Amino acid sequence: MSKILIVAEHDGGKLNASTAKSVTCAAKIAGATIDVAVLAADAAVIAAEAAALAGVSKVLVVESPANKEPLAAVLAPQIAKLAAGYTHVFGPSTTFGKDVMPRVAALLGVSQVSDIMAVDGSHTFKRPIYAGNAILTVEAPAGAPVVATVRVASFAAAAAGGSAAIEKVDPGAALPSHTRFVSRSGASTGRPDLQSAAKVVSGGRALGSAENFKLIYSLADKLGAAVGASRAAVDAGYVPNDLQVGQTGKIIAPQVYFAIGISGAIQHMTGIKDARTIVAINKDGEAPIFESADIGLVGDLFKIVPELEKALG
Amino acid sequence: MRRIMVGVKRVVDYNVRIRVKPDNTGVITEGVKMSINPFDEIALEQALRIKEQGLADEVLAVSIGPADTQQQLRTALAMGADRAILVQTDAAMAPLSVAKVFQKIAEAEQPFLTLLGKQAIDEDNGQTAQMLAALLDRPQATSCSKVDIADGKATVTREVDSGLETLEVDLPAVLSVDLRLNEPRYVKLPDIMKAKKKPLDIKSVADYGVAEGAAFKTVKVDPPPSRQKGIIVKDVAELVGVLKQKGLV
Repeated sequence: MSKILIVAEHDGGKLNASTAKSVTCAAKIAGATIDVAVLAADAAVIAAEAAALAGVSKVLVVESPANKEPLAAVLAPQIAKLAAGYTHVFGPSTTFGKDVMPRVAALLGVSQVSDIMAVDGSHTFKRPIYAGNAILTVEAPAGAPVVATVRVASFAAAAAGGSAAIEKVDPGAALPSHTRFVSRSGASTGRPDLQSAAKVVSGGRALGSAENFKLIYSLADKLGAAVGASRAAVDAGYVPNDLQVGQTGKIIAPQVYFAIGISGAIQHMTGIKDARTIVAINKDGEAPIFESADIGLVGDLFKIVPELEKALG
Repeated sequence: MRRIMVGVKRVVDYNVRIRVKPDNTGVITEGVKMSINPFDEIALEQALRIKEQGLADEVLAVSIGPADTQQQLRTALAMGADRAILVQTDAAMAPLSVAKVFQKIAEAEQPFLTLLGKQAIDEDNGQTAQMLAALLDRPQATSCSKVDIADGKATVTREVDSGLETLEVDLPAVLSVDLRLNEPRYVKLPDIMKAKKKPLDIKSVADYGVAEGAAFKTVKVDPPPSRQKGIIVKDVAELVGVLKQKGLV
């Protein structure tokens, strides 16, 4: 019988959608009991959101000023203590989970299963290797805890409608003071979140400048879409790094993805493999993006994008 | 001796097109070009820059892998590392076992800073740095795009989903590096000659009291599912028509 603990991701005030997706992954394990751990300074709202996820039995709350910022060195010893009695400990494969979960795994004396994209059994999982160019099926040993990160683009969010019990706990772990939070930048843009948006409009190097990227923002706003970018556009300084889509940026699974002036390098395509529909607009008809696009339009983006925005009314 | 330790993994070169073996036991690595993991190259470059700023005395490159890994360590020495250790094995190594070997080396060598790539581009595990930090009970910062060393501390900027996060960590610390931290230097011919004379110690995994072998059983390796070939539309009007028909706009 599997007993799964999911480490909640949040921004200090609200639960991140990656948690609901991790719950869906955990629920693929037959007969599993799923609990969620919320470590925060002020956990009331976050815990209530976690308790409302369908399939969650219990929410464990560790409320402490030390948990105000998600510092792996501070969180990991607490999570490792909470993990006692659980067969599995899952976290999202976001920058939060990638940071903290391997530290938890080491404290529990196991290697981690990184980036679960499919569940074949309680200890058998599929995960991408070589930037998604191969899919590895691994079997973790029974009798040791399974510590894993969940590739959030591979799972839908668990529905609301649950009513889990919320329980305050004190893991009693000694916490280090050698790591201190200084600051975070990358303010909210008012647009949908790139990682969870149903529609995404991305621009590439062909935009040519930060100024020209306004075309992308404008189309995105018309569609109610999030904005993304290729690594080339980020490296050229047209947009900040948190907009990067691809193997080294964000891996996303929107309903529709517009790739505008993006050639379609492998590392970019890895980030959008799970997009339902890919629309490519590029003046080079031979660009690799057209091999993966569901709908392609060959032409000058500077003409097409304004025209498209207008045609959308 | 103010020492920086850098992890260097031998991986299939990032330009090689990956092919899955017909019997689904792995990917084809025979006869393909092997290189230093690109993220590790960035870690090494950062170590060299810190040394060049006068903030370190020695850069030690360490690797775990087959005998041929000497090639990648010689490249690391040619880039400017002062010495290297190869923990030689033909066996697969679990991420936790790699971290345990690095832990033993770090305990012996006492680096004030350990730099690793944020992940290796073969298995994409992304675990070693965090595990090493946990085993040493030292600070970690992953996916660093900026590293400043001063007064026994490192101030690091991390690339996170919401943007950039800055942390201050006490040294010694373990950092994993991201692509935008720096651009690694090219190796010059005279440096390749010089690198041949630099010390490269060969050790075994058993020397560190760590077990060889993978963490998990490989059930199979498959090629990724391919997308269906799409359609090409001739103009914006047709594009909007298709999008509306699919209910996407």
